Amino acid sequence: MIAKPVSHIGGGRPLLKFLRDQIKPRGPLLTPFNLISIPTILLGIAILVVRFVYGLGSVTNLSQAYPWGLWIGFDVVTGVAFAGGAYVLTFVVYVMRMEKYHPIVRATVLNGLLAYVFYAGALVLDLGRPWHVVNPIIGNSFGFNSVLFLVAWHFMLYMMAEVIEFSPAVAEWLGLKRARRILGSLTLGAVIFGVTLSTLHQSGLGALYLMAKPKIHPLWYTEFIPILFFVSSIFSGLSMIILEGTISERVFSAQIDKKHRHSHEDLLFGLGKGAAISLFVYYFFKLLVFLHGRQWNLLDSKWGALYLVEVLGFVLVPCVLFTYAVRNRRVGLLRVAAVGALIGILLNRLNTSIIAFNWNSPAHYIPSWEEFVVTLTVVFAEIWVFRWIVLRMPVLREAHELPQPRPFEQSRAA
Amino acid sequence: MNRRDFMKVGTAAGATLVAGRSAAAETGNPEEFVGVLVDTTRCIGCRACERACSEAHGLPVPDIEHDQALAAKRDTSETQWTVVNRFETSKGEVFVKKQCMHCSQPACGAACLTNAMYKTRTGPVIWRGDKCMGCRYCMVSCPFEMPKFEYDSWNPKLQKCSMCYERQQQGLGPACVGACPTDALTFGPKRELMETARLRIYHHPDRYVHKIYGENEVGGTGWLYLSAVPFEELGFRMDLGTTPYPEYTRDFLYGVPLVLFGLPALQLGLHLLSDRDKKALEGATS
Repeated sequence: MIAKPVSHIGGGRPLLKFLRDQIKPRGPLLTPFNLISIPTILLGIAILVVRFVYGLGSVTNLSQAYPWGLWIGFDVVTGVAFAGGAYVLTFVVYVMRMEKYHPIVRATVLNGLLAYVFYAGALVLDLGRPWHVVNPIIGNSFGFNSVLFLVAWHFMLYMMAEVIEFSPAVAEWLGLKRARRILGSLTLGAVIFGVTLSTLHQSGLGALYLMAKPKIHPLWYTEFIPILFFVSSIFSGLSMIILEGTISERVFSAQIDKKHRHSHEDLLFGLGKGAAISLFVYYFFKLLVFLHGRQWNLLDSKWGALYLVEVLGFVLVPCVLFTYAVRNRRVGLLRVAAVGALIGILLNRLNTSIIAFNWNSPAHYIPSWEEFVVTLTVVFAEIWVFRWIVLRMPVLREAHELPQPRPFEQSRAA
Repeated sequence: MNRRDFMKVGTAAGATLVAGRSAAAETGNPEEFVGVLVDTTRCIGCRACERACSEAHGLPVPDIEHDQALAAKRDTSETQWTVVNRFETSKGEVFVKKQCMHCSQPACGAACLTNAMYKTRTGPVIWRGDKCMGCRYCMVSCPFEMPKFEYDSWNPKLQKCSMCYERQQQGLGPACVGACPTDALTFGPKRELMETARLRIYHHPDRYVHKIYGENEVGGTGWLYLSAVPFEELGFRMDLGTTPYPEYTRDFLYGVPLVLFGLPALQLGLHLLSDRDKKALEGATS
């Protein structure tokens, strides 16, 4: 896609020079974020080397009773829920054509794409025999009746759909007008496909735990786990957009055009409204499952307390906060609600996958410091790539006003 | 004779050979699931089965005379496919052998996205290293927590009892069954094992509790257990239900094609219906 139009212009030189120029770091090197993230990433890489030479046991606290730990429970199961914003927003903008939200689509899709590449990519770090990761793809062995087979395929296909959704920004960055037009025409198809895949794998991540019935505490195990995971991914994604938008506004303020900044608050309240509604639906589902299971007697234990903290403190309370913030137009409160809802997601996913997993067994699992470092490495690496792209491609700023002169345009004119 | 006929004859000859071998292994119909009946009232805790198992599969052989392993409760591990545990029960001490149950519809097999955990046509559930990517979803799913992972290897295997599938293909029974000095273990088609088990309960109604563990648990297992005391006393989980574990994900998987084809159609419809004005339409493709 990149090489062809350039050779048409004549010679790959300008593009190479352009890329070389683009790859250089921009901005000050000694920022607090860099000072924390660079050592962490280096340490994380060292840990991963040890992990691939001496096995998973050398750096993780995983055991026969806890085959899945932080790398799956947080990086994959929670990370994918956090990345749900991309499918929700593309649905709203391209399918429902709510143009109001168009300015934040690119940043959200980029976030979603990178989250999938890094967090779902972290899955490979957790595989004991990663060189066989292609087996379910190339047709060597299709485990059709496996939920994980479905999730794996959908991760892969969804990443492709997101690449297509984001590709117009890359084409604009490279100044490829024709490619931009062609790629732009693929967007709607990619969105419809992507929303469908997201529906299935967000719920699929929950369905993974359906067969762990005897291991998960009954307050978290329900046959409706896939539906709960799907519904919660909606407000999870929306909350992440609100939070991420708030951070981007400060960090990348030079990139955000005036028009966007003015309408930004209005967008946030719209997203908050969506989050409040989906939170309420989720809370209602949770309540139905609870009542239907007649689980009152389970509340009188430490598990019951944990459950109440999760469902009341981090589902119902954020729901009320979102509603109040939207009605009274309080941006600060909206952000608090978003953080609360995200903590609720984190609690729910970790409770299902780690904390209430093996609740009735003597086995314990507390992640090792190495597992935390690798998780941080994954998050930091994602932020580095996000920052690199945002500072170069038209993600936050309006597409038409490109700051740097584009070499191929000049060579074409010459 | 054309090529196709030749193939037919060849296949038939092969089938006969296989059938002949299976008959020697007393498995009868090769399409029937085989299993092992464990009569815990006969087990003396000698652990000859543990040693035979380790020797048959190239695992570290336990020193069963001296290692005092019965003092503590043990689980199978990545170096031991089967263990014998001692239980103090209402009827005195009882020994129970533990290993993969070889479920009729195994959760691990349904969980595996590469079919590495595989239910063979004759019953044993085996692990195939050339397919496995080490995701450990089988371990998450197995209600008996049987697949064990080699956490300390760069090239880890999943270790669990294979019911000596390789030996069965050579017409032999599982190594542990052959090593048992008290006939506590019986190898054969599950149908026959059920008859044997029922017959023993019928003839000695006072010696056994009237239950065969594995008859219906998780939809039926290849390994069956008889006991003199309630199975709870022997560390068996009684809360696993009688539903085959793959059933728990079946509804979800059946819903997948519906969503996969229905949702795009719905979205396309919504897209067309939401055609608010010209400007919005232009924006939608940018």
